[in-house]
Amino acid sequence: MIMFLIRRLCQALAVMFVISVIGFAIQGGLGDPVQQMLGPTASEAESTTLRHSLGLDQPLWAQYLHFAGNAVRLNFGNSYFFHEPALSVIARYLPATLELVAASALLTLVLSVPIGVFCAIRPRSWPSKALMGLSVLGISVPVFLSAMVLIQLFSIGVQVTLFPADTQWGNWLNQLLSIEGGMPAYGRGNPVHVWGVWYTNFASLQGLVYLLLPALSLAFVMLPLFVRLIHAEMLDVLESDYVKYAKARGLRPSRIYFLHALKNTLLPVVTLGGVQIGTLVAYTLLTETVFQWPGAGLMFLDAIERADMPLIVAYLMVIGLMFVVTNTLVDLVYRLLNPRVILTRSVA
Amino acid sequence: MSIQDPSSPTTWRRFRDSYFLYRLQRDRRAQICMTLFVAMMASLLLTPWLAPSNPYDLAQISLLDSELPPLWIAGSDPAHLLGTDAQGRDLLSTMLYGARVSIAIGFGAVLVQSLLGTALGLLAGYRGGVIDTLLMRMADIQLSFSTLMMAIVIGAVVKAAFGGAFYGDYGVAILILIIGLSEWPQYARTVRASVLAEKQKEYVDAARVLGFSNYRIMWRHILPNALAPIFVLSTVQIANAIMAEAALSFLGLGMPETEPSLGSLIKSGFDYLQSGSWWITLLPGLLLVALVLVINLLGDWLRDTLNPRLHRARHEDSR
Amino acid sequence: MALLEVEHLEVCFPSRDGEIRAVRDVSFTLERGERLGIVGESGAGKSVLAFSLLKLLSRPGRIVRGQVRFEGRELTPLSDRQLRRIRGNRVAMIFQDPLTTLNPVLTIGQQMIESLKAHRRIAARDARILALHKLRQLQVSSPEQRLEQYPHQLSGGLCQRVVIAIALLLDPDIIIADEPTTALDVTIQAEIIALLRQLCDKHNVGLIVISHDLGVIGQLTQRLLVMYAGRIVEQGPTREIINDAQHPYTQGLINALPQMTLPRQRLAQIPGNMPTLSRAPDGCAFHPRCRYGFTSSGQPRQDCRERVPGIIVSGDSQVACHWVQELIATAPVEEDMP
Repeated sequence: MIMFLIRRLCQALAVMFVISVIGFAIQGGLGDPVQQMLGPTASEAESTTLRHSLGLDQPLWAQYLHFAGNAVRLNFGNSYFFHEPALSVIARYLPATLELVAASALLTLVLSVPIGVFCAIRPRSWPSKALMGLSVLGISVPVFLSAMVLIQLFSIGVQVTLFPADTQWGNWLNQLLSIEGGMPAYGRGNPVHVWGVWYTNFASLQGLVYLLLPALSLAFVMLPLFVRLIHAEMLDVLESDYVKYAKARGLRPSRIYFLHALKNTLLPVVTLGGVQIGTLVAYTLLTETVFQWPGAGLMFLDAIERADMPLIVAYLMVIGLMFVVTNTLVDLVYRLLNPRVILTRSVA
Repeated sequence: MSIQDPSSPTTWRRFRDSYFLYRLQRDRRAQICMTLFVAMMASLLLTPWLAPSNPYDLAQISLLDSELPPLWIAGSDPAHLLGTDAQGRDLLSTMLYGARVSIAIGFGAVLVQSLLGTALGLLAGYRGGVIDTLLMRMADIQLSFSTLMMAIVIGAVVKAAFGGAFYGDYGVAILILIIGLSEWPQYARTVRASVLAEKQKEYVDAARVLGFSNYRIMWRHILPNALAPIFVLSTVQIANAIMAEAALSFLGLGMPETEPSLGSLIKSGFDYLQSGSWWITLLPGLLLVALVLVINLLGDWLRDTLNPRLHRARHEDSR
Repeated sequence: MALLEVEHLEVCFPSRDGEIRAVRDVSFTLERGERLGIVGESGAGKSVLAFSLLKLLSRPGRIVRGQVRFEGRELTPLSDRQLRRIRGNRVAMIFQDPLTTLNPVLTIGQQMIESLKAHRRIAARDARILALHKLRQLQVSSPEQRLEQYPHQLSGGLCQRVVIAIALLLDPDIIIADEPTTALDVTIQAEIIALLRQLCDKHNVGLIVISHDLGVIGQLTQRLLVMYAGRIVEQGPTREIINDAQHPYTQGLINALPQMTLPRQRLAQIPGNMPTLSRAPDGCAFHPRCRYGFTSSGQPRQDCRERVPGIIVSGDSQVACHWVQELIATAPVEEDMP
């Protein structure tokens, strides 16, 4: 186990090295910070001095070492737009994104396991056929579209005028099918301070209401994938000898399905889940755009619009670190869940 | 008239007798998907003749016609079946032209990623050693970052470096490259796995003993055996590429509004959602979903059909 | 009344190429404490028969005809809930590969204790004590430690002992063992066979052993069923059948056994393969491979090709063969001669 930890740590460091090189390349290779800082009217002498003071006249490897040294000390320079350290800008925006990711991951987990298990246990029943059909549809719907449909349905509302409004039944049907809307679909509302430091949507009903639509739309990304995976894995596991043996021992079906089968099903699900957390973070960019959720994704897109290089690089490094940490954690959880120690597994 | 040798089957006959066609004839859902797919592709090819108007032609557009609803809602104009968008463009025409752009980018991106990924996967699998480790580690890292994130990062860097106007001129090419570069690991992994499996087999040894060059063995002997998984992957990847393009365009990292793809149409319509003009954004969205769904369903079916080995193994397992 | 009575059992698997009748018109009985063997090539329907006794068939297989009576009680109409009280409790099963039978992510202790708790109201501590006791009975070394271990940490032989211990935990009336030693080394095979035999005798448990290995069956059982293409072709006392098989198929099987006592010679084999169950030939399913399936002039015998042979009782054995029928029909004449 200790050897595994050490090897895993080395891998993580190597990946971080690659990411930092990419970050360095973006910062150094694109855009001219000197021009950015001084404006187009600066004289040649001014820019040379600044170039020297920034270390831009040194060889590349020295510049990289300088960059890496700063990065290790969590210094990515000041944001051009906010005029404050890039990392503190990110620290301000990231919690909103993390809350969104956590809420939708929770929703995904809570919904996908029962649905996937149900569809595997009763593969011929009509609800499971419908659910599996929906999951195919689900993977074909882009996240921003499901977000907009949610907004249209629950925030703007739908007025049905399909049936004649002058008859009583038509009126009744119109009203039955119409949706009031009114759910908040813009921003975070007023999050509550908890214990003085934690500024959160989880602690108040209003905060949760604001969180619901964005989290739901983000959950729709992963939900069909997880349902399909759990369903497929569970079907395989249900055919296995140990499940047949459990039946032959007269165990209760609930114990067979939810302990014997599910525990074996969860192994690949955990692996996929870890990999998909990266995708989830990527999709926050889209969700935050649609719902104007003031998180790191929206901040990143603004930074691109403003060519705010330090902020872009800092965001990439932070997200990169997040991916590396979650992947390492997933590997650890996998080993804890799986008593059969698999020695050769290669995931970055 | 030429006389055909009855002993050597023609391509047509081989197709007619194939397992593929046999399965297609037996599967109603696959037939529907296939028909829909062919119909969609045909209507996109024929768009210039099918579309009521040309959305790129400014002379045909009148701002007075903006935000007209579809035909079945009060206040519509019979000239515009699905209504118009905020600039007064006929929505149906804009959607058809937009879908053309989306499909073109999808196919182009898959071409780039399949060429790149197949070449690198072949190299990694056949050569092994340091090259293999290096390439696969790279693929792992890229995949663990999620391909969409990768595409967004590359897109962001390109945009930050060259500015938004650059997209207006080379949008299609840039998007094809971005999506191609960010998704190659999928192919590299698939191809490498098949190569490793094929490499063990005797016919490769035989080819080596006969003195064929490595290059010839790779391309003429091993690659054909990896074609089925590549083909199956490609259908799914086209759907993915179309989705990725839509996402990028929605974030403003894709096609400009002057030459919109489905993604940028959805993006431009989003601003009008609150004002009640839901059709500008939701109708292109619906088309996008239909396109991706049909391709995904076809991909699912192809995977089951072209992989009979997998099926047989399943049946044998379950006594 | 026998402990277990199977009458005219018929199991079908619907498939695209028509119905596959995996078990056809099978009848047999098992007495309390009796050890019964079922032998046949792979695909003969032995395992399906074993699984169908407790209605454990995997989809889409189902019992289409016949009865299974346990202590006189008909099992086929029972619901899963009712059957659960019998499964593992009154009738236990042992599977072929002990390494895939035990759940890889649960400890041995968890799996033993859950078996007890499924059928008895018993405190966890008492269940543990009982589990330890059974493991000791099966000569499992350091049983306390085993309870905490996962299946992959144990050897195949040890796992099979655990599986047998689980089977005996609830003092069942019948143990059904599907190829219990096939996945094991030969030396361990012998130990497991000896243990099974000894424990079944001690607890007066009925045993049904399924195997393709006549050697295993010969050591373990008192009575024997021979299956071919879903049907029982011969049944009787094990020793009698091995010494003097009536059915040509059984004769072939026995001739194919290596003989230690004879000088080195080529092993005999039955020509051809068993038909797949979906297209078993009409008449006697064995006739295309049978050396008596042809008349002396080389013509296929009409009986064998067209009619399913009935069951003929000869001594303690029963045989389903036209040729044997003829033999017996002429035999009394020969006996009367002196």
